[in-house]
Amino acid sequence: MIDVLVDAISGVFILSGGFFILVGAIGLARMPDLYTRMHAASVTETLGAGLLLIGLMMQAGFTLVTLKLVFLLLLLVFTGPMASHALAQAALHVGVKPVLAEDRRDRLDKPDGPGPKSGSEA
Amino acid sequence: MIFAAAAIAILVSLALAVVRALRGPTVFDRVLAGNTVGTLAILLLATYGFVTGRPEWLDIGIAYGFLNTISTLAVLKFFRHGDLAYDIDEKGDAS
Repeated sequence: MIDVLVDAISGVFILSGGFFILVGAIGLARMPDLYTRMHAASVTETLGAGLLLIGLMMQAGFTLVTLKLVFLLLLLVFTGPMASHALAQAALHVGVKPVLAEDRRDRLDKPDGPGPKSGSEA
Repeated sequence: MIFAAAAIAILVSLALAVVRALRGPTVFDRVLAGNTVGTLAILLLATYGFVTGRPEWLDIGIAYGFLNTISTLAVLKFFRHGDLAYDIDEKGDAS
């Protein structure tokens, strides 16, 4: 009885982990900007990996495999933010600007400024 | 079955990360995509061990995690300073 319950809960964890990994990768492919892409990739590194590894821990039970999974999760938890911090700091140092989608004051002052064109109002 | 579904999700995510690595405008997009590919490879190793019923792949995953972090930091240091042996006392603009 308890085995079926643990199996079901770990299945939910593994499937939701795969879902969040996929969501993060879609964001990584489709976001418009380096910083928003980092925001999307952090979903893969924290939530997706965490849920997937916790689900695998439930499947493994109290064995050496669970200990290795704990070490893997700790490794991802500690080194992922470090790599993200170094990446953002290096990008800011070199001068990568975030893309701001629309600046409404700018669009009101200059009709041909950046942002979506609205030809009917001119 | 559940493991196979998770592995397929990880494989699709790997394909999307490779797309970003090929298309990325700046070098930092490529570094981010490379870091994501490394993380997804670790997760794929763990999941594939459970698919085949032999979770001994986890050792390879742990080693690959350390390598991934060190390589990401080294590539970032190279592209930020232009040199891996950068000394902070040589130039005053280090921040």
